[in-house]
Amino acid sequence: MTRITAWRRHPLARYAVLILALALVGMVYAAFIQAGKPADAALAAGKVDDVAEGKSLFVQHCSSCHGMNAQGTTTAPTLIGVGAAAVDFQISTGRMPAGAPGPQAPRKPPAPWVNETTTRQIAAYVQSLGGGPMVPAGEQVDPKLGDAGKGGELFRANCIQCHNWAGAGGALTQGKYAPNLNAATPTQIYEAMITGPQAMPVFNDTTITPEEKRSMIAYITQVREQKDPGGFGLGRIGPVTEGLVAWIVGLSALALAAIWITAKKRQKS
Amino acid sequence: MSDVLTSTPKAVSGPANFLDERLGGGAFLKRNLRKIFPDHWSFLLGEIALYSFVVLLLTGTFLTLWFKPSMMEIAYDGSYAPLKGVMMSEAYASSLEISFDVRGGLLIRQMHHWAALLFVAGMMVHALRVFFTGAYRKPREINWLIGVLLLTLALAEGLTGYSLPDDLLSGAGLRITEGVAISLPLVGTYITFFLFGGEYPGGDVISRFYSLHILLIPGILLALVSAHMVLMWVQKHTQMPGKGRTNQNVVGAPFYPAFMAKAGAYFLFTLGVIAGLATFTQINPIWIFGPYTPADVSAGSQPDFYMGFLEGALRIMPPWEINLFGTSHAGTLPLSVLIPALVPMGIIMTGLALYPFLERWVTGDHREHHIADRPRNNPHRTSIGVSAITFYGVLWLLGANDEIAANFHISLNMTTYAGRVLIFVAPALAYLIAYRMCLGLQRSDQAVISHGVESGVIKRLPHGEFIEVHTPPAEDMEAHLRGKEAVPMLPVAEDGAGIPPAGMRGPLGRLRARMSKAYGGEKIPLEDGHGHGHDEHAAIEHGEAHGGDEEHAAVGAGGDDRSLTH
Repeated sequence: MTRITAWRRHPLARYAVLILALALVGMVYAAFIQAGKPADAALAAGKVDDVAEGKSLFVQHCSSCHGMNAQGTTTAPTLIGVGAAAVDFQISTGRMPAGAPGPQAPRKPPAPWVNETTTRQIAAYVQSLGGGPMVPAGEQVDPKLGDAGKGGELFRANCIQCHNWAGAGGALTQGKYAPNLNAATPTQIYEAMITGPQAMPVFNDTTITPEEKRSMIAYITQVREQKDPGGFGLGRIGPVTEGLVAWIVGLSALALAAIWITAKKRQKS
Repeated sequence: MSDVLTSTPKAVSGPANFLDERLGGGAFLKRNLRKIFPDHWSFLLGEIALYSFVVLLLTGTFLTLWFKPSMMEIAYDGSYAPLKGVMMSEAYASSLEISFDVRGGLLIRQMHHWAALLFVAGMMVHALRVFFTGAYRKPREINWLIGVLLLTLALAEGLTGYSLPDDLLSGAGLRITEGVAISLPLVGTYITFFLFGGEYPGGDVISRFYSLHILLIPGILLALVSAHMVLMWVQKHTQMPGKGRTNQNVVGAPFYPAFMAKAGAYFLFTLGVIAGLATFTQINPIWIFGPYTPADVSAGSQPDFYMGFLEGALRIMPPWEINLFGTSHAGTLPLSVLIPALVPMGIIMTGLALYPFLERWVTGDHREHHIADRPRNNPHRTSIGVSAITFYGVLWLLGANDEIAANFHISLNMTTYAGRVLIFVAPALAYLIAYRMCLGLQRSDQAVISHGVESGVIKRLPHGEFIEVHTPPAEDMEAHLRGKEAVPMLPVAEDGAGIPPAGMRGPLGRLRARMSKAYGGEKIPLEDGHGHGHDEHAAIEHGEAHGGDEEHAAVGAGGDDRSLTH
């Protein structure tokens, strides 16, 4: 038997091949994902009237579903009265323009033409149609000014039914879901509360005051930035991943240990 | 060397004699330290549960030193910032204190929780090992029943312990417990008010669960674990079939020193795995969940894994309820809670407890068994076991259907509908597949015994045909395979006049006879008696005679029949 044949027949060879194959598939996949990413083509915006410029952007990127005058069509709702905050939320999180029809538009990297200026312009245009909630000012969403303890109580009373105790998200009916809150900026969290995107209800200023909203943002950001004190956090989704670890890591390790200490020395033939 | 020990040193023999003369333990130890234990990796699975239990007792004692089982409302003033000033129960506050302000507290708390998961998981795999090898058969039925009781109590112990920190997640579990209790017909309201000391959640349940969790249930567990061990010791451990192993002997290593070293090492392994998990992976982060108030509930609320099957049953149950006399004033029977809470648990626990007796009834087997069955050699038992695992597994999986839906982007509704079908279809399918696999494995054993093992040597015969030379199996392997025994069957044959034997004439008797016929008997005999291939092969054997080597005997299998799976 040549040495290569001996290696090929080694008991660990099949595992080595499997790991190599998995690594190869992973690399090819990663390469494709990279290639598929849109290049960052920031658009230099001139000093033009925001509303007029916004309308032209709207016609280019939004009107095919929302209609030429944002009046809504059979496929998408009207945008009259949704306000600048809704536009800012949807476009800055990449949910709009929607990629593909589905139960819910997912958060994704924003379209190449999206930047602060173009978002502001479309928001100004939609705001001009029928008013609505405005994009919050910086200090309105500053986590440092909020009271995390109070915010936590409000968060538990109002948000975790769908978004989970750690903002890890959760399932809703018919393929809809409450997204993970880790990626949302304080502004986006505030906007989501006042505009109620997709399946989310609106929490207006009489239900939860702006100060309370700021406290909730303080709690959300504080908890998500916290380092898990107990070790690897397992996605912070609770007993499901814990049970998986108990079986796949704990029990498997102990079964292997049992096999090891009861193994008999193989007799050389 | 002149200082070789020829006699026991006085420092050892003195106290030993003192003790022996008073306690008389010498003879007992002499006999028992040499007790033989058979060796197989699967025999150690039960020890996972045993050693986890030891860890649970030790870490649990540590936790009681700081835990306050009180539901009195206080404002939090510990070191976890996001909860500063929040009103919570003393139980929750003291759990936070253990986690953040007691040195080593979080590690011990996490060890306690991981050990609890491994305790139940260890019991489950141990029970499955005993089931699939038929080690519950006479004389071990009582020990099997103790085991079933231990498993049930472990679930109760887990539920009470899980509720103690009074965090939002455990509160959801407590609320479901209350929902189940209150949905019991007639007595439900009384039981609930008795358990919670008034309206839910009341102010008593934590301290009551505390007494149950640290005193009553562990006490019973400890007593039953001891009984389990003593019975195992007295009745001796079963052994796998093999060379020199009979129903009358035990082949293995003596308790002292060999088995004791292994058991000691395995305790350290278990402790190491638990401590390792507790160090590197976070479990039950109660500070993220927040304090319990009945008004709040979170997405992704789940019980610990061993309760997952009840959660799953609840989730796939259609909303059925019966209003007595057509009005809810006369009373409501909430089947949507009662069925999932009681039926799956009843099927699994009752099924486990009754199985040894049902099997004996069906097979009429009253002999003692000390040799374990290989699972393939009792295909119906194995299939029933696999079917039960599938039933449990489907429910368990659906207990996490919201996480599955959210993380794999499947519609939550679809998981529920699929679960309602799978709960009936999957166990049936699993039964069929397991049964066929058992027969397939039996056939491969048969091939090894009657045709030998593939040697990897390809031989070209004079007329050009290639065959693979088979060699006889190694002696110990052959003994292992030949340990197979036909599954016993009742005398069901009808006599000449077509009359079945006594006791098998009524409807129940006929059912018993039919079940016995299906369950018992030899499906695939080890030696295939059909002797095919030998005629056409004689020529080959002759033609080969000049080879005169040892693989010769095995070549006889050739002909059309070289594959092991024919």
